[in-house]
Amino acid sequence: MGNTLMIMRRELASYFATPVAYVFIVIFLIMAAAMSFYLGGFYERGIADLEPFFVFHPWLYLFLVPALGMRLWAEERKSGTIELLLTLPIKTGEAILGKFLAAWVFLGLALALTFPIWITVNYLGDPDNGAILTAYLGSWLMAGGFLAISSCLSAATRNQVVAFILAVVVCFLFLLSGLPMVLDLFRGWLPQVLIDTIARMSFLEHFNALSRGVIDVRDVVYFSLVIGVWLIANRVVLEMKRGG
Amino acid sequence: MIEAKSLTRRFGSLLAVDRLSFEVEAGEVLGFLGPNGAGKSTSMKMITGYLPPSSGTAVVGGHDIVSDSLAARRLMGYLPEGAPLYGELSVGQFLAFVAGIRGFAGRDARSAVSAAVDRLDLHEVFNQTIDTLSKGFKRRVGLAQAILHDPAVLILDEPTDGLDPNQKHQVRRLIRSMAEDKIIIISTHILEEVEALCSRAMIISRGRIVADATPTELVRRSRYHNAVTLMADRLETAASVLGELDEAREVEIREGRLTVFPSGRGRLYEAISRTLAEEGIEVSEIQLEAGRLDEVFREVTREEAA
Ligand SMILES: Nc1ncnc2c1ncn2[C@@H]1O[C@H](COP(=O)(O)OP(=O)(O)OP(=O)(O)O)[C@@H](O)[C@H]1O
Ligand SMILES: [Mg+2]
Repeated sequence: MGNTLMIMRRELASYFATPVAYVFIVIFLIMAAAMSFYLGGFYERGIADLEPFFVFHPWLYLFLVPALGMRLWAEERKSGTIELLLTLPIKTGEAILGKFLAAWVFLGLALALTFPIWITVNYLGDPDNGAILTAYLGSWLMAGGFLAISSCLSAATRNQVVAFILAVVVCFLFLLSGLPMVLDLFRGWLPQVLIDTIARMSFLEHFNALSRGVIDVRDVVYFSLVIGVWLIANRVVLEMKRGG
Repeated sequence: MIEAKSLTRRFGSLLAVDRLSFEVEAGEVLGFLGPNGAGKSTSMKMITGYLPPSSGTAVVGGHDIVSDSLAARRLMGYLPEGAPLYGELSVGQFLAFVAGIRGFAGRDARSAVSAAVDRLDLHEVFNQTIDTLSKGFKRRVGLAQAILHDPAVLILDEPTDGLDPNQKHQVRRLIRSMAEDKIIIISTHILEEVEALCSRAMIISRGRIVADATPTELVRRSRYHNAVTLMADRLETAASVLGELDEAREVEIREGRLTVFPSGRGRLYEAISRTLAEEGIEVSEIQLEAGRLDEVFREVTREEAA
């Protein structure tokens, strides 16, 4: 565990040593605000809750999380530091987890910095703060899912742009897999069981309840599984691609 | 001890390292030599546990690098080719990270870092961002990272590449000062470095060992070994007279110098001095050669290519 934390700290130090962290946070905040005010009609609805804020998070993460995750492994491979890292006496899993956690904590920080909107709704009305907290945690959990996908795909290439595009595409599929449009693509050549499974894999579907402050254990388990499975895949990809 | 057992690595159809087997004992400084693409770095990557071998293995201090990789890696310090570093960090931050991973905490970590900083003379750049360092300083940070935990085994891939002559000298001195109780493997293209530093030289070509001996022994294989090279006023005359000597096998004039190769009979140097004096040929420079490592290098690596 100690190694994981040390890797996480080193990674976070790298974020804040460059403008990347600050640029990311600023863009994240601007986009989060723009989406909830313009697209979500935050004021016009006249209801004191944060639904118009949370409902756009999947779309916000679709581009921003791959942008953060693309460098996780691609950059290590490109600069050769992966050789340094993986010849230190640490387990590959610790390296993966440490880097993932750093990015996830960082996303959590960006998310936490949206607190003015929470203060605003409390000022305007009398929202259910428990539900808002749940929605925040749900959003962070979903961000973790996007991030695990991005991290895994970042290990597949040394080119960050390729890693970004791959991650956006896969995240997009995970977002949309519940929509009829996407399911139609599979209908006819995949058995119904698989189609149902695909439908149930959708991030939107599982975030829906969480974003309204409703904790369903299945949703929490779902996102935790997504993170776990993609991080295991990350390990497999990394081992396969060693020195390649 | 390091024991490589048929260490092999393929990249697709390319056989980069071909059944490499050797043993290295503590106290040895082994120089890896070989043309570009010979497989030096690939071998080092396998020994340090980065690249899994396609077949074969190596045992470092009793730990197999494949099945007991973590324990093997604990014993080693490694400077990868090109000295990759986390460029966004400062030298201090980076070394503190490595110290942490190497199991140092608190005061121990600080003293390990400051010992490494002392040995590589990194004080003036301690708080500087690595990306902004000159190439030589980066290389020294890479070396500091490798020796930080005073490892029993040091694997250094081209440690003096890109260093100025003073720095080269300093790094060689550092390596020599650590050599006594360690195993050190360095790869280099600088042949004088091998003669100055290594107790053993291994020439690799196309993934195979083509020579493995002490530098002195290798040099003896040179056709220049015990040859006499001289500069004189009437070089052509000297050449024809000396070529007649029973002690000489052949003569060669190259770049204004005459080299006489020994036939193995009698003492060449004395015979030459005597003959030149008799002929009244003025000699401005004369030297008995130990041999030329670069010539041996070319010879053994060309043989292989043919
Ligand atoms: N990841 C890789 N994928 C494919 N081929 C590789 C890879 N790494 C090395 N090779 C090939 O393996 C061979 C050995 O390379 P290696 O880097 O070990 O050579 P080297 O002896 O260190 O050379 P140099 O003196 O130039 O550093 C080369 O032909 C190289 O192109
Ligand atoms: Mg090399």
